[in-house]
This record gives sequence, C-alpha cells and structure tokens, in this order.
Amino acid sequence: MLIRFWGSRGSIPTPLGYRAVRAKVREALIAARGLKLDSPEAIDAFIANELPFSVSGTYGGNSSCVEIETGGDEYVLCDVGSGVREFGNALIAKHGPAKKSRFNVFLSHTHWDHIMGFPFFTPSYIPGNVIRIHGCHKGMRDVFIRQQSDPCFPIDFRKLGATIEFVELEPGRTYEIDGLSVKAIRQNHPSDSYGFRFSKNGKSMVYSTDSEHKFDVLTESYPFVEFFRDADLLIFDAQYSLADQISVKEDWGHSSNMVAVELAQLARVKHLVMYHHEPVFDDRMIEKVLGETRRYAEINESPQKLIVSSAYDGLEIVL
Amino acid sequence: MEIGERRDGNILVLRPVGRIDNDTSPDFQSRLLSGLTAGAAVLVDFSAVEYISSAGLRALMMGSKQSKAANGKLAVASLGPVVKEIFEISRFAMVVQVFDTPADALAALR
Repeated sequence: MLIRFWGSRGSIPTPLGYRAVRAKVREALIAARGLKLDSPEAIDAFIANELPFSVSGTYGGNSSCVEIETGGDEYVLCDVGSGVREFGNALIAKHGPAKKSRFNVFLSHTHWDHIMGFPFFTPSYIPGNVIRIHGCHKGMRDVFIRQQSDPCFPIDFRKLGATIEFVELEPGRTYEIDGLSVKAIRQNHPSDSYGFRFSKNGKSMVYSTDSEHKFDVLTESYPFVEFFRDADLLIFDAQYSLADQISVKEDWGHSSNMVAVELAQLARVKHLVMYHHEPVFDDRMIEKVLGETRRYAEINESPQKLIVSSAYDGLEIVL
Repeated sequence: MEIGERRDGNILVLRPVGRIDNDTSPDFQSRLLSGLTAGAAVLVDFSAVEYISSAGLRALMMGSKQSKAANGKLAVASLGPVVKEIFEISRFAMVVQVFDTPADALAALR
C-alpha cells in the first residue's frame, strides 16, 4: 500500500498568503548567507538538508483527503475535502480525460470540510467513471445533493456525468473492497464520525479523523486500542493541545497530540501521523507541535518505538 | 498513590509522590476534588512527581473546573524537568497557575 495525502488541514482550507511565502523566502536567504550555493545541486541539498520543513515547504492547506494506492485497478480515497480537487486534476494530467476509472471513497462523515472538494472533482463530470461513496451515515446522498444545489453551486449533483453510488456500511463488520479488508468504528464527534481500518497483505492502516477521545483512564478495554492494534500506520486527528481538548474545546469532536501518543503506544502502532491540523496554526507551529509530540513519545515508556510524523499535502508513505 | 498532606493557614497543600498515570490518577483526582470544597485554596506541590499522563492532567482539569465553580483557588508548584515539559506540551499552564516554588504559590493563594 502507498498512502498519499492530498489534504491534511482540519476544518477549513488554509492557503498560504504572500506574507507567509515572503517570510519563508526571507528565512531561507538568511540561512544561505555565506554558503557557496553555486550549482543547482548545491541549492537542492541546502533546501533538503539545511532548512526546516516549515521554511522549505508547507504542511498545506487543503482539507481532508487521503489516497490509498492498493496496486489494484480502482482508486481508494478517504474523504473528499478540498484535497480531492488536486487528486482529480493530477489523475487527468497523468491519464487524460478519456480513461474511465472506478473510485471507492470512504467517508468519515459529512461535515463540510470532508465533502467540499467533491463539486470540483473533475472525474465526477466524466461519463463512464464510477464513484462509490462508502460510509456509515444514513442520507449521504442527500447531503451531496444539498451541497450542489442552487443557489450555492451552479451544477446540480444529479446532473454529474459519472455514475455515483452510495454504499452504507455497518460498523464492526469487515468488507472486502478492491482487495482491501475494511472495517469501520463509530467515533465521538457531533453527529458521529467513523474511522476505517484498511488491511492488505499483512499491512494495515487506520484513518481516524474527527474523533474526540474522552476516557478518564486509558486501559486495554478502550475500544480504540483494539481497533488500532499493531497498525503499521495510524492517521489520527490531533487538532488540539490537550488543554484545549478538555477545556474550551471539549465536545467539539477532536483530539490532541498527547492522547494520540498514548493511544498509539498502548495499541503498539508503528507510525503515528498527526492529521486534521488546526487551521489557526502556521507551519512553524505545526513543526513545534511535531517536535513536542516526538518528545512526549520519548518520555512515555513504551516497549516499541513509535514513529511520529505530521501529515502534509503531498506526503507519501509506503507500507 | 502516596499523597502527602498539610495545611498552611487556610491553604491545603497536597504533595503526590511518584507517577500520576492511568494507575494512580483516580486516587489523585479523588483526593484533589475532595479538597476543593467551597472557597478552598489548594496547592499541589509537584516536587516529588516524576511524570504525569493525560489522565493525570485531566484530573487536574476537573479540579480547576470544580475550583472555579466553588469560588476557590488552585495552583501547582515545583514542577520537575519532565513534568514541566509535559505541562508545556499540553499547554496546561493556561489551565492552572504554575509557580516555581511552594512559597511563591502560597503567597499568591493567600
């Protein structure tokens, strides 16, 4: 499996403004002072090795969308936030509009940031494409119709060229879809959300966003420990600090980096990717939180080393 | 868990010892909440605490909420290096008043 992040931001897309870009250029030029960067190779090495990611890149601004490349013929996506627009465009740039494809979307829930990219998903306009949207919520189709209704959007959902089907899944049951074993779990979020565990060839990935964990004491009996058990990759909603999660933002339906580490370590997850970044955070803050989270993973006693990353648009992880 | 207890005037000083984690946080929470009666001032001296998990911090948050609701005061002091790091990571300094020493905290709570 190859996991590719097209949208990592929580709640709303956050494009970089010119001030943020200019600040990165300025920092890079300051860091380059006195260095001999007289070839493209030397410049590339400087960017890759000397600059922090918050300067050389960005965690990105698209809302939730993650692709799972299974090696099969069909495409698999988790959520269709604004990141799905770029996924669709990349696909058409690669294969052209004539190639007909089948897509399996797994929808965590129908909040806007998780579906807002769909009206701009070009393959949905092309006859012959088949898009199957899997999820555990009832009434998913109505939500997609509402999103693309006058006066909010000019093209009615029912007039899209692709064949679009909605498939209701039952949490706790295992399904075989495009060579993947898939199981869903209900999560604590306003109007509910669902996490998905995908397994293939002995590797497993869990997509668990928009999920608030409210345990008083974390024990093996907490259902998410079993759901995350031994996962090779856990994509986890770590939008808030712990203080925010359990005070002013309690019951907003999101979790924290500390809870992410504790759950991942208890479940013996190998790689934790923090996801659904707080839109208020700039790249520097996300990088700071990443450093702190790695430190918390060190402080906690765990028999197995936990790799901790922060998702960014364009990140690829091979399992 | 072992929780030392003394009074400094009207202020209750709790001194937990060891780790405040999944095993011990229920004890810590129970003792903390029972001390936070109406109008009470409570200082938690962290000098003998090696580690605190999210469950321990959640207990502290409950204490903070109860204290505010009861017009009381809650402060912590003497964080060791690891606990201090965890307070920074969790942003808990925004939840509860943190002092370098018990003397500083007691002066503020009086």
